[in-house]
Amino acid sequence: MKKYLVAALTAFGLSITPAAAEQLKVGFIYVGPQNDGGWTQRHDIGRQAIEAEFGDKIETVFIESVPEADSTRVIERMARGGAKLIFTTSFGFMDPTLEVAKKFPDVKFEHATGYKRTENVSTYSSRFYEGRYVIGKIAGKMSKTGVAGYIASYPIPEVIRGINAFLLGAQSVNPDFKLKVVWVNTWFDPAKEADAAKALFDQGVDIMTQHTDSPAPLQIAQERGLHGFGQANDQIKFAPGAQYTAIIDNWSPYYIARTKAVLDGNWVATDTWGGMDTGMVEMAPLTNLPDDVKAMAEETMRLIKSKELHPFTGPIAKQDGSEVAAAGVVMDDGALAGMNFYVKGVDDKLPQ
Amino acid sequence: MELFEAFVLTVITAATPLLLAATGELVTERAGVLNLGVEGMMLVGAVSAFAVAVTTGSPILGILAAMVAGVSMAAIFAFFALFLVTNQVATGLALTLFGLGVSGMLGASFVGEPGVKLAAIHLPGLSELPLVGRILFGQDPLVYGSLIILLGVSFLLKRSHVGLVVRAVGDNHHSAHALGYNVLMIRVAAVLFGGLCAGLGGAYLSLVYTPQWTEGMTAGRGWIAVALVVFSSWIPGRLLIGAYLFGAVTLLQFHLQAVGVPVPSQFLSALPYAATVIVLVVISRNRRLLRTHTPAMLGSTFVPDK
Amino acid sequence: MRLELVKRGTEATFLVFASPFIAIAITVFVGAIFFAAIGVDPGRGVYVFFIEPISAWWSIEQLLAKATPLILIGAGLSLCFLSNNWNIGAEGQFIAGALAGSILPVVFYQFEGPLVLPLMLVMGFAGGAFYGLVPAALKTRFGASEILTSLMLVYIAQLFLDWMVRGPWRDPASFGFPKTRTFNDAAVVPTVGPFDIHAGLLVALVVSFILFVFLKRTLKGFEVRISGTAPRAATFAGVSNRNMVMFVFAISGGLAGLAGVIEVAGVAKKLQPVISPGYGFAAIIVAFLGRLNPLGVVFAALLLALTYLGGEAAQLELNITDKVTRVIQGVVLFAILACDTFILHRVRLIRRGK
Repeated sequence: MKKYLVAALTAFGLSITPAAAEQLKVGFIYVGPQNDGGWTQRHDIGRQAIEAEFGDKIETVFIESVPEADSTRVIERMARGGAKLIFTTSFGFMDPTLEVAKKFPDVKFEHATGYKRTENVSTYSSRFYEGRYVIGKIAGKMSKTGVAGYIASYPIPEVIRGINAFLLGAQSVNPDFKLKVVWVNTWFDPAKEADAAKALFDQGVDIMTQHTDSPAPLQIAQERGLHGFGQANDQIKFAPGAQYTAIIDNWSPYYIARTKAVLDGNWVATDTWGGMDTGMVEMAPLTNLPDDVKAMAEETMRLIKSKELHPFTGPIAKQDGSEVAAAGVVMDDGALAGMNFYVKGVDDKLPQ
Repeated sequence: MELFEAFVLTVITAATPLLLAATGELVTERAGVLNLGVEGMMLVGAVSAFAVAVTTGSPILGILAAMVAGVSMAAIFAFFALFLVTNQVATGLALTLFGLGVSGMLGASFVGEPGVKLAAIHLPGLSELPLVGRILFGQDPLVYGSLIILLGVSFLLKRSHVGLVVRAVGDNHHSAHALGYNVLMIRVAAVLFGGLCAGLGGAYLSLVYTPQWTEGMTAGRGWIAVALVVFSSWIPGRLLIGAYLFGAVTLLQFHLQAVGVPVPSQFLSALPYAATVIVLVVISRNRRLLRTHTPAMLGSTFVPDK
Repeated sequence: MRLELVKRGTEATFLVFASPFIAIAITVFVGAIFFAAIGVDPGRGVYVFFIEPISAWWSIEQLLAKATPLILIGAGLSLCFLSNNWNIGAEGQFIAGALAGSILPVVFYQFEGPLVLPLMLVMGFAGGAFYGLVPAALKTRFGASEILTSLMLVYIAQLFLDWMVRGPWRDPASFGFPKTRTFNDAAVVPTVGPFDIHAGLLVALVVSFILFVFLKRTLKGFEVRISGTAPRAATFAGVSNRNMVMFVFAISGGLAGLAGVIEVAGVAKKLQPVISPGYGFAAIIVAFLGRLNPLGVVFAALLLALTYLGGEAAQLELNITDKVTRVIQGVVLFAILACDTFILHRVRLIRRGK
């Protein structure tokens, strides 16, 4: 009886929903506004890239500023609306994605930055730390005070990995390099990021990098005649005299490949962690730098791309001096994925 | 000493938008009207300032646009809360929601565009003075504007006939009405002035603080401005202390982190809010002082009896 | 020539019931103009935003789920607002309740059995009530404005929750990601019958009915109403203002806390850095839209939930921004407030010179 009731109601529901067209509907769930100038905007550029690539064969839809706490409902609405491939683009959508995926076995899901997979849920992320290592090396060369500032959002492995990679890069050039970290507890609040940048500059750092999305810290660097790096997007427009380079998230190649897989009928759930070699991590043009530093940065990128260099190659020590990786040993992906310690030289205590 | 100078300079930036918005709200409240829509008015002010400044290349025109925008938003509030005597708390909340939505829509095409920064005024000689040079003589026009507006409001409220009438309307609208004052029109004027100042506060955010537009960029500063008015116990001079104190606490958390104070960053981020609660409590304890300055009719509606 | 309001002797009964519907009509009308202004066919815009979300059963289930916390919080807030106390911090009390209610499934997760859920609900209510009593005590003891203290406490609660799920309560198996362990089955609010709706909805409906009866039929309920409309008379009648403030804050905070624990135990089944998409603030609109009547709140919550769903549908179908939702919510509130005015007042046209 119960079963029939559910079936009847579902049928009623589906009958009202507009019939799905011939096109493949690809959906995107965004955690921020579509044009946030950072994380979400990069995903949206990926969405536009598949529209350009496949034209009439597909249709894309998105819902922006989806609160993670309420996302199950929203993802379900998208699946009910006929989307057959859905990208959920924030860590917090992990369990909701799995929950909805269970209800809609014929819909393919792609969850960014998570670690849970099923038959119809893939995960994907970028090796942003490769870019962090490059900018760390630049900072090591360019800093006069030997101290950089790092505006950090939340203490999750992704952010901690970035901090460590940056410092390892800097120390490869200047072994005494130090890093001051300020946590702002937000991904995006320009005024707060600006305040944090000011405090760090006033405390004597002369290069700024940030794992938050707004260009505000770069704008402050520009005002002070100091330097920094862009995050997620090329932010040179905001600070033409201050940006050395920027780490750019480029999801387009991945999104195109996955959409093609669905169109060709050979999509299978996988885990992708792409770096510079796949084009998922890009660097903005090197600007405001002397030629020798540019050459060094380009050489580092080449080595990373060709897999000759891995940023997390030992010797790596924790803050207390204990060894994590011996000389010449490369940390494996499992250790990188769950990283929750600082390497030696970070002038901060990791929030626990 | 250099760090101190640098700190004061950043505190001025953090305090100015609060001071501007709070000064306007103080006048509004002194006339007996509680407008909780400051956040919404600031946002619409910020987006208008940014849009006009970027389109015309002139931050000054941007500031004018922010004033017009703030006044227009305040006019919506005045229409509902004063003409239609709707509940002021709820109307203010509606205005904030409305402002969040409208500013987001107006600004959609300006996200990701670099802004036009309002330049600081440099007085040759004076600006280069050691220690106080840049603090006193190297600020931008809006910082000086915020202080001039505050001084003007302080003087007018205390010493002028206009101020007396505004206070009378806020303290007892029935008597003021009986004395022949047009309670409604005086309140409308006070509300519009509040909107003008909130618009300026928003302009400061998108033209000076971080010359860019992003959705919801006020991030709760409108509410802090309302809190500062209570903090000041409706005395303009104290508003100055309150705004600068709040600015200092806001920046202090980052300095504490940067020097490595071992406190979870969430607790440091909560500091400004906790400080606001504590200060509100301390201020409110002094009832005698509050009674002299609290507008007795704050938040109550007025419909003249015929 | 100008307009003037004249007080009616009594409430216009017809308007009391008609006003919410008039407000909705105004909102739909303004919405249509708005859609036209941004280049969307107004008819289609109105259909997608207001009708489509209730045209399918699964969507109605979503509507009910979304409305559940709004009903609970809004019903409590109407008590508060009726007595002229301005609790703006329900969002913080929601979080406090969710935290208190999660102590069992997060810290004492080995403890299972039929007692777990009832205990969680009680603790959630207590946590929210306690957090609501803070601004109440600051108001009665020190005279601090509850509007501001309750609001500041929201930010503090949000940051505290953030710290808890990243620090002490972080799931050891989460690879350092910020969330608590997933609640075990005993700690999850069950669904109702064959429907995909959790039982929190029933709790919400029962609570709003109880509050309705309480306000209409009991002495204490009468005292709540009179403290708002005639505070001096209430004092003469022996109603202690101090107790009243504490009472309404405890109830509204408690119900927000209950909503919090029901939401985490019914929907997410774990704590994460952000657990509410702003329910505590949205419920303020709900309370007013429901004309501060706990039964009215039920309908108001459904309407507000509809605006969220409509906003999502509009993004999917019409490719328009989610900011539309905010604007329409603002307009709903403006409209209902204006309608209330006409219940109590007659508008007269006065010619110049009179």
